This record gives sequence, structure tokens and C-alpha cells, in this order.
Amino acid sequence: MKFVDEFREPEVIRRTAEEIRRLADPNRHYRIMEVCGGHTHAIYRFGLKDLLPSNIDLIHGPGCPVCVLPMGRIDDGLSIAEQPNVIFAAFGDMMRVPGTRGSPLEHQARGMDVRIVYSPSDALKMAQANPDKHVMFFAIGFETTAPSTALTLMRAKAQDIHNFSVFCNHVTIIPAIRAILDSPDMRLDAFIGPGHVSTVIGCRPYEWIAKSENKPVAVSGFEPLDILQSIVMVLRQLRANEAKIENQYKRVVPWEGNHAALRAMADVFELRPYFEWRGLGFISQSALRIRDGYAEWDAEQRFEVPGVRVTDPKAAQCGEVLKGVLKPHQCRLFGNECTPENPIGALMVSSEGSCAAYFNYEHRKTAMVTRIASVA
Amino acid sequence: MCLAIPGQVVELFPNQPTTALIDVVGVRRKVDLGLLQDDMPVKGDWVLIHVGFAMSKISEEDAVDQMRTLRMLGESEAAMQEVEGYGLENLESSEDLAS
Amino acid sequence: MSLASGNAAADNPRRIRFREPQIEMAHGAGGQASRRLIEGLFAPLLFKSSSEPLGDAAHLDFGGTRIAITTDSFVVKPLSFPGGSIGELAVNGTVNDLAVSGAKAEAMVVTYVLEAGLPTPVLEGEVCAMADAARRAGVTIVGGDTKVVEHGKADFMYITTTGIGRPLPDLKVDPRSVRPGDKILLSGPVGDHGVTILLARGELDFEADLRSDTRSVLPFVEALAKAAGQGVRWMRDPTRGGVATSLNELARDCELGIVLQEEAIPLHDAVRGACELLGLDPLHIANEGQFLAVVAAEQANAGLDALHHTPGGEGAQIIGEAREQSAGAVVVSTRYGGSRVIDMLVGDPLPRIC
Repeated sequence: MKFVDEFREPEVIRRTAEEIRRLADPNRHYRIMEVCGGHTHAIYRFGLKDLLPSNIDLIHGPGCPVCVLPMGRIDDGLSIAEQPNVIFAAFGDMMRVPGTRGSPLEHQARGMDVRIVYSPSDALKMAQANPDKHVMFFAIGFETTAPSTALTLMRAKAQDIHNFSVFCNHVTIIPAIRAILDSPDMRLDAFIGPGHVSTVIGCRPYEWIAKSENKPVAVSGFEPLDILQSIVMVLRQLRANEAKIENQYKRVVPWEGNHAALRAMADVFELRPYFEWRGLGFISQSALRIRDGYAEWDAEQRFEVPGVRVTDPKAAQCGEVLKGVLKPHQCRLFGNECTPENPIGALMVSSEGSCAAYFNYEHRKTAMVTRIASVA
Repeated sequence: MCLAIPGQVVELFPNQPTTALIDVVGVRRKVDLGLLQDDMPVKGDWVLIHVGFAMSKISEEDAVDQMRTLRMLGESEAAMQEVEGYGLENLESSEDLAS
Repeated sequence: MSLASGNAAADNPRRIRFREPQIEMAHGAGGQASRRLIEGLFAPLLFKSSSEPLGDAAHLDFGGTRIAITTDSFVVKPLSFPGGSIGELAVNGTVNDLAVSGAKAEAMVVTYVLEAGLPTPVLEGEVCAMADAARRAGVTIVGGDTKVVEHGKADFMYITTTGIGRPLPDLKVDPRSVRPGDKILLSGPVGDHGVTILLARGELDFEADLRSDTRSVLPFVEALAKAAGQGVRWMRDPTRGGVATSLNELARDCELGIVLQEEAIPLHDAVRGACELLGLDPLHIANEGQFLAVVAAEQANAGLDALHHTPGGEGAQIIGEAREQSAGAVVVSTRYGGSRVIDMLVGDPLPRIC
């Protein structure tokens, strides 16, 4: 696969890993946060931690839109879909996320019309193909995905398609990074920046991290060589006592961002005054809602939503893991009460959530495991 | 977030200017080009695809550049190791070479 | 997922350990949830002994004559897809379950549950497909049953096949005979069937030149038995849940670790592309014409060679081996030294965008 295989070349990976070992000061312990859940997933999938020296710690950041979605929002979306003739359409990522009365798939088992879509435009097409039903698209994602939802809403309006609405849960990345850096128990040395979000917002929005917080940022691609090269970049900056934003993912990320995408977002969305992030609490100006000009396609305006807040069980330490204070296996519920099959907290539900990724890809690697006698 | 994959534009549709058919090693799908309207791709271009929308054009030049930089990593290292292999670093003077 | 228990031993306490309040789709997907249902509800109530590992078919002794028996049901949407249809799957699936248990299918009975409103030409088409597949596989269909249910149930049709066959001589498969160093053989590229079905449903709007790999794997089993008979420890056809699920079951049953070399796993480009686009792992995707075998190291190459010389087996590879380390887990290793654990899925693999 072009633009993929080159960045998985084993010999170059080995040499880049060696460069990392060369650059890492043995007297220092580095804490580098990868913001984006996609990077968390890639790190585990490619086994990149195996290539790093033990004094480099990769801390998983909060860039997982499923993980930070409060359970109450899932309940709200599902309650809209409980109305007659409503089709609940969402990405596959949402299908197993539990609300208080079950996940979308569990609702489907009880008779709700729940369908997986790959694209918001497919949800719109579904509305056109089912004129006697209403398609409600449960939208999630950071700035990578929001422009696509925005364009879809613009098309719905332009084509007069009225049996379609969006339940908008788009969130923005910068407030999440600020919340991490503002957290008193945080100690981070550098960031691996979210490469795909940056195809939309560009690299400028991270400049304050270098200027005010004095931490290097490398905006990174998702292949093994991208992530490793980003680590090389921040290590070099740390060695030279520098702090700047570097665009490692130049082949795809424009420094100034994608203006057409930003225009579409500005046309359709506005910032909510505040929004609750699971594990992080209420953050101001951190999420998008649909503007009045598109009110007719806003599920929250067309339908009654319970709007109930659901708090996580006190024992779950999602917030600390989200902020990188605890590692997944350090949460007291990890692997016992909280597993991918029975997720208590959001980080175990999404396959790119740090707990799920750690559970699925990592924790049984070297331990001798005794026979699982019971499957209860 | 965010799964986005490089694909090649293999067909454009004159009556649907914001749609293109892209190919990823034989898998094909129509994607929306609406986010690239400031700099529309042409047939043969490579784009980054996320949820059925093209997010960005991929620069072959930058990709080649990046690989060149990465391949050079360790080349100076390799050159140094070669030199060390000659045992020259333990010589006191050039007379040792002659002995 | 078909599982059978071959042993009539002393009754175990009939303790039901399945505590979930209702059946979900995940319970039929071949992964962890399926396992829980079978081990926690069916096995304690139905099977006499729950200490034997569950296999693909049961081998029974009738006063000196050994017979293998298995059953499988087929539920697929759409009924027909590139490379095959439900009819072929129904025959090949049961033939394969017998084959990987070390038996040659001889005869089959078929049950049809048909939905009222099913157009007759569609039914005819599937029955023809079954007849053809049975002919190709050398199996005689000797009887069957039909029921019709109301419109809206049965997704057009559900088919169950029960096959009986003769155990092959020189083959004794038991996961507990696997030793560290034993090699894992895979007959060919993975993921073709599952991705074909996913694309054929049309919901994701992708197209690819892919076909289901549905076929009988008996020729491969016979070739392997001949070339490496005593060294064959375990076999399985990696259907729902994919290679990852089959090997995880093996790792649990033999209490060893399994390590796979990622670059050795055969994969068609289009399967790779679809999996990258949809965020799926080919190792979790269903196959209907592949088989996995664990063969003693000394005979592994001979076994591989025999597969290569069997028509359709040219793509066979040794993909990994058993080891002491990481017992109970399956680990995938890359050429550059990284590795990850690959687990059984809970339910069906779902496309993702994150």
C-alpha cells in the first residue's frame, strides 16, 4: 500500500529506534503524551513500546471521542431513536458503548432500528432511501470528523432532505490538552500531536504549548516510522532545550490547516459554552453544537431529550488514566470488574481507549497465565 | 480518532464535481471532495480518506523527502562503525600503521 | 460455531454458569461470548463430560466402528455473494468441521427453515448449489427436513447440515499434544470470506474484486496426514472469529503460548485494503475454505510441501509456532521487533473510524 508500506520498512524502523536510544539521556525519565486515540491504537498495534528504551514513557492522552462521551449523552441519543420510525445511525465505534439501559447493539436486539454507517453521507443517503423513516445520525469525533458532518448537514439543507437529523457530540482537542496541562498532578515533557485533527486545524493551534508551557510538540502521522520520527524530533528538542511545534506529518498536514473544512465547520457549528467530558469534568468552549440556521437538522432541537447526567462509579479511575496520571493496569478495577466485555468506564469500551488497548494488546504478553478454569 | 487511509483518485464525475472514485489496493469507494474544494484533486492524485471524505492531498515529494531523511539516520552512525572496525582509534601514531 | 464433546464419562454436576439475562448477537459470533454460552450453558446440561476440550466434531465408537459426527447451521445475509452462497457454505462448513477433526465426510442430512414468501427460484438455486458442493466434496445427502416460518423470520432461509464420516487413519488430533516448537501451518490467504460478505451487504458502499473462499479443506487434511501423519497435533477451520479465535482456543486448551510472524500471514491486497479502511484485523475475519494445523517441527516442512502440491494450497505458509512464554495467549510479532497480543473478539468485528 503506497504511503503506508514505506513507513513500515523494518530496517529503517530499527535504525530510527536506535537513534531514539542514542538521543535519550540515560539520566532522564521522559514522559511523552500522545494525544490522539488513533496514536494509542497504533502504538499498541505496531508494538512500538518494545522498541523504546525503558526511560521513555508514552502516556495516553484524552483524544478518544468515544471515551470522553458521557453516558448520559448515549442515553439521550438512544431515547430519540426509541421513537417510532426512527433509525439510529452511527459509526461502528459507538455500537457497543453502554448507556444505562444498554448499548446501541443491545437496543437493536430489543427491536430498535440501529444501523452502522461508514460515513455521515451514507446516513443522509439512508434518509433519502427511507422516506417514511427519520434517520438520526449520532455524530462523534474531534475536528477530524466534524467537517464531514458539517458538509453533510449543508448537503441535507441544500437538497431539502427533512427526514434527517444529527445528534452532535463533536468535541475540540485544544481544551482537552489545556485541561491536561492545567492538571496539578501532571508532569509531561513533550507531545506527539494529533496528525489527522491537524489536517483540519493545522499546526498553529498548538503554538501556545511551546510558547507558554515550554513543551515540544511533533504533529505526527500514524505509521510506525511517523511515530518514531516524532519521538526523535521531541527528544532532539529536549536535548537542545528547545520548545517548538514541528510538523512531522508534512506529506498530509498543511501548516495553516484546511480552510474549506474550517469554513464548513464555522457555517454549521458553534461552540457550546461548556460540555461535560467523561473523566475530565466540565470544560468550557470545548464542544460543538449545531447553529440555529440548521436547527431543523439538529436532533436536540427536533426531539425531546431527557438530558440526564450519569456519573461514573466512584471506584472507576478513568479520569486519572485519561490524564495519564495512572496507567490502565493501575486502576483498581482493571481486568477484574472492568474488561472490554464488561466495561465499567469509557476507556475500556472504545478499542482505542487506553484501557482497552492495553488489555487487548499488552497485558498478557510476558506473564505466565494459568489455565482459565471458569468462564463465568 | 482518527482512521484515515491514503487512496488514489481513479475516476472523476463531470456531473458530480464533488465526488471521486478512489482506490485503495483494489478496494473502491466514492468519496466526497467537498473539503478539498479550494484545491481539487485530479485523476491520479493521492488523497487521505476519512469517513468517506477526502481530507487532504498527499504530497509525494514530502513523503519521499521524509523517507530520505529517515534512511540517512544511522548512516553516519554506520559509517562511524565501519571506521571503528579498522581499529584506527587505538593507534598512538602513524608509525603503528607501518608496523 | 459447532462444538462437540466426544466423551461419555462420569456425570459432572449440572452447574449452569451462564448468567447473562438474554441472548445477544455476540453469542453467535464465534468469539468469547459464544464460548461462554457453550461452556456455561450447553455443555453442563448436554454434555456428559466437560473435562475434554471441545472440538469441531465428535468421534464415537460403536462396538469397534469409529464414526465422526458434526452439525452446523448457516445464517448469512445476503444469501448469495461473490464466490458462493448459503448452499455451498452449508455443505463445505460441515465437511470442513469433520475434516479438521480428522475425518472424511461421507453422508449428510439437511434441515431447511424457510421464510414464507421466499421465491421458489431462490430456493432452487440454493439446493442446486448444495447438490454441486456435495458432489465436489464427495458427500451424499441422504435426507432432511423442512419447516416454514412466518414472513419476517428466518431471513429467507436458515440451513443446518449434520454430517457423518470416517475418521482418517494415522491422524489423532488433540490440543494437549502440542509441544513448544511445534509449527503453525495456514493453508492460504485469510479474510476473503468475511470481507466479501461485509461488502456484499452494501451498507458500507465499498467494492472490491474479492470472492468467498468457501471450499472443502479435506484434500489439504489428507495431504498433510500423508506427509506428516504422526506429527499433526491439532487442526481447525478458522470460521467465525477468524484465525485469532481458533488460535486463542488452542492456546487455552494446550496451555502454551502461540507466536505468529506478521509478515508470514498470507493476505490478498484487497482484504488488506478493506481492513485498513475499516479498522479491522484480518486475523479476526471469518474464512470458509482455510485450515490451520499444528505440526511437529521435524515434519512441518514436509507438511507445508504437501500443502503446496495440493491444488489450491499454493499459498500455504508456516505462520508461527507454539512456545512456553506467554502461555494462554497469542502474540503477533513484527519484523522490526515489536509485538502485540491478539485476543478473541467478544462479538463480530465492527468497522471503526477512530
